[in-house]
Amino acid sequence: MRKTKTLEMVNISKSFQGKFANQGINFNISSGEILGLLGENGAGKTTLMNILYGLYQPDSGEIIINGHKVKITSPKDSIHHGIGMVHQHFMLIQNHSVIENIALGYDKTPFFFPKIRIRDKVVEFSKKFNFAIDPYKKVWQLSAGEQQRVEIIKALLNGADLLILDEPTSVLTPQEIKELFRILNDMKAQGHMVILISHKLDEIVDICDRVTVLQKGKIAGHANTAGMDKRSLARMMIGRDVLFNVNREPLPKGERVLKVSNLHVLSDKGIPSVKDVSFDVFANEIFGIAGVAGNGQKELAEAITGIRHIKSGTVFAGKKDITNMSPRRIYDHGVSHVPEERIKFGIAPGLFLYDNAILKQHHLEKFSKKMFLEYGRIKNHTRDLVDSYNVAAHSIDVQIRNLSGGNIQKLILGREISEKPSLLVASHPTYGLDVGATEYLREQLLTRRREGGAVLLFSEDLDEIFELCDRIAVMFQGEFTGILDSSESEKLADIGLMMAGSVRY
Amino acid sequence: MEDVVISVLHRTMVAGTPLLLGTVGEVICERSGILNLGVEGVMSVGAVVAFIVTYTTGNPWLALLAAICAGMLISVLHAFASVTLQANQVVSGLALTMIGLGLSGMLGKPYVGKPLAVKMNDVAIPWLSDIPFVGPLFFKQSPFFYMAIILALAAWFFLERTLPGIKVRSAGENPGATETQGVNVALLRYACVITGGAFSAMAGAHLSTSYSKSWIEGMTAGRGWIVIALTIFSLWNPGKAIMGAFIFGGVFVLQYLLQPLGISPNFLAMLPYVSTLLILLAMSTKDRRKLNAPAQLGEPYKRGER
Repeated sequence: MRKTKTLEMVNISKSFQGKFANQGINFNISSGEILGLLGENGAGKTTLMNILYGLYQPDSGEIIINGHKVKITSPKDSIHHGIGMVHQHFMLIQNHSVIENIALGYDKTPFFFPKIRIRDKVVEFSKKFNFAIDPYKKVWQLSAGEQQRVEIIKALLNGADLLILDEPTSVLTPQEIKELFRILNDMKAQGHMVILISHKLDEIVDICDRVTVLQKGKIAGHANTAGMDKRSLARMMIGRDVLFNVNREPLPKGERVLKVSNLHVLSDKGIPSVKDVSFDVFANEIFGIAGVAGNGQKELAEAITGIRHIKSGTVFAGKKDITNMSPRRIYDHGVSHVPEERIKFGIAPGLFLYDNAILKQHHLEKFSKKMFLEYGRIKNHTRDLVDSYNVAAHSIDVQIRNLSGGNIQKLILGREISEKPSLLVASHPTYGLDVGATEYLREQLLTRRREGGAVLLFSEDLDEIFELCDRIAVMFQGEFTGILDSSESEKLADIGLMMAGSVRY
Repeated sequence: MEDVVISVLHRTMVAGTPLLLGTVGEVICERSGILNLGVEGVMSVGAVVAFIVTYTTGNPWLALLAAICAGMLISVLHAFASVTLQANQVVSGLALTMIGLGLSGMLGKPYVGKPLAVKMNDVAIPWLSDIPFVGPLFFKQSPFFYMAIILALAAWFFLERTLPGIKVRSAGENPGATETQGVNVALLRYACVITGGAFSAMAGAHLSTSYSKSWIEGMTAGRGWIVIALTIFSLWNPGKAIMGAFIFGGVFVLQYLLQPLGISPNFLAMLPYVSTLLILLAMSTKDRRKLNAPAQLGEPYKRGER
C-alpha cells in the first residue's frame, strides 16, 4: 500500500565552516510510527531534516529507504521517495486560493483548467483526514491551523509516506493542536510515518511513539515515550535537571504602577486592533497577556511603550499620564521594554556590544558628559551586564549580531532591568530560545517581581504564562475575553476557548 | 449622424489597439513580479523596425515579425538587469526607455517623412462585417485590432486557467515559496519580461505601419507610460485591460472632437495624460489588497534567501 515503509539515516555528519551541526547521527523509522526529534535550539534538528529533504548534502553518512541506499540531492528527489516536509514558516502564496497553492506544488497538475480538475482530488483528500477546508478561500483568510492543513494536503497529494513537521505547534491554539494531533494519528493509522521536530516536551510525550533526542549535534539518546516522564526527557535534552515549577512565592500586591483605561489603537493597516482595553498592573506582580499572535498584543505593547499612536484612552505610569509620549520620555518614567522582534527593535545589529548595552540610556548622566559619551564607564557597565546576566560573548568589542539569539536577549533584558524600572513590558521574551536560556530569563523576571517591580508579559506560550503570572488576561480580536487570577484554576482550564473567543469571563 | 458615430467609435478602437497590446504585455510581465518601465522605449523600437522593414521589403507582416524580434531582444537587457543582477527595476526600466527612444531615433533618421507605399490593410471579416453598426465597428479593422483582442483574452486564459499561469502569478506573489515548489523563478521571469517586450513592439508596429503609415521620432508620444497606468487601472487583469484601453482610445479621439468647439489644441493634447494622472490618483486611494497588485512587484529576488 505505502511505497516507503522504512527509512534509516546512518552515521550522518554535516559541518558548517568547520563546526559540526550533525555528528554521527543514526535513527530509523518505519510505517505507522510517529517519531519525535527533540532538542534545544541549535541542536541540529532542522539541519538533519533538511538533509533528509534534500536541501543540504551530508558530509558523510547514508540514507536507506526500504533497505536500499538512496541519494537525495534535491527536494524533487525526496518527494520522489515519498518524503514531504511542512516548514516552520509556511511556503504558501497568501493572495492565492487554497486550490491554486495546491496546484502549484502538485506534480500531476494538468496544464489546462488546473483549478477545476484537481478540485475533486483535494476534496477527497480533505475528507480522508477529516479536514474542513474551502478550496476557493484565499490563504490569508485562513487561520494558522488551516494553513498548516493546506501544507499537509500538499505533501500528501505528492504521495508523502513520510511527513516531516518542523515545530508544527508553535503558531497554533490549543484546540488547533488537538486537531493536528488527531490528523497525525489518522495518518499513523493509515500507515504513514511522521517525524515531529519540537522542543516542547509535552507534545512529544503526547503524540510520539518514540523519541530521538539531539544535543549539540549528537544523539543524546533514544527512548520509547510510553512510561517516560518529562523530567527524564528534559535531562536527556540539556544534560541536567530543569526547573519546571519556578517557585513563585506569594507576594502582597504593591501599589499601582500602570493604569490603562479604554485604550483604542489601530494596526498598521488602519484597522482597530485594540478595542476598549482597560487594566491595572501592580508592583510585585507579573501580569500576563495570553492569546494567539495577531490579536492585538503587539499593538497594545507598542501603544504602552510609545512606539504606536494611541487613538483614544489613557495610559498612566504611577500617577503620570504617559499617553502618546515619546518612547524615550516613557522610558524615563520607568517603563522599559523588551520588544517582540528583538533583532529589529531591541538592538542595532551592526553596533558593538557596549553600544547596544546603553540604548535608551545614553543620555543618562552616568554615560555621557554634555555631548560626549563616556566610553570608559560605558564599557565597565557593559562588562557588569555581561557578567551578571550570563551573556556568553568572547568580547564586548564585537558587533552584537555575532551573538546567538539567547545571548542577545539576555543582554537586552539586562539592559532593560538594570535601571530597576517600575514596569517592564516584555513581549515574547523567551520566544525561540532554548530551554537553558528560557529558564534563566524567567528566573530574572521573577527576581524583578520579588524586588518590587512589575512585569507586563506578552506570551503565546501558555506554560510560561501559567508558571510566571499572578494574573492573566486573554486577548482575542483586540479585546480581553477575561482577566483571571492564577488561583482560579477552573476558569483557567478554559483558556484555550477564551483564546478562540468562544468563552468570556 | 450614424456615420459620424461609427467613424468616431471606429477611430476609438484604432487608438485603443496599441494601448491594449502594450498593457497585456505589461500585465504578464508585472504578474511575474518584474516592473518594466521600458515600454515606451520598446514600443518605439518596434515602430521604427516595423517601418524600416515595411519600407524596404514591402511586406508589413515580415515587418511585424522583425519588430517583435527586436522588442524581445532589447527586453533581454531589462530581464538581465532585474532578474540576474537583481538591480533596481525602476532604474533599469527607465534606462531601457532611454535606450529604446535613442536607438529608434538614430535608426529612423533616414526615414523621417517618407510615406509607406504599402501598409497593414484593414481586413473585413465576411458576413460579420455586414451587420449594421456592429459590423463596421468591430469587423472592418486592421489585423492588429483582432490580434490585440485575441491576445488579451488568451493572456487572461493563460494566467487564470492554466498551470504555467499559476506559476507566473505565484512568482510575482512569493518567489521564495514558488522556488521551493520546483519552479525556476528566474527563467520564468525572463520569459515574462521578454513576452512583455514582444507585445510592446507589436504596439509600436501598429503605430508605424497601420495607424499613421509614417515614422517620426517620438511618435509613441507617451503611450508607453499610459500603458503602465492602464496596467494598474485594469487591476493586472488582461480582460479588464480591454475595457481600459478602449476608454483611453476614446480620450485620444476626444481631442479631435472637441477641437471644433474652439478649445486650444495644445490643451486638448494633454487630455490623455491628464486622465492618466487622475486615474492613478483615484487608484492610489484604494486598499492595496483590493488593488490586486502582485505582492513582490519590483522587489529583486535572491535565490536561497528568505
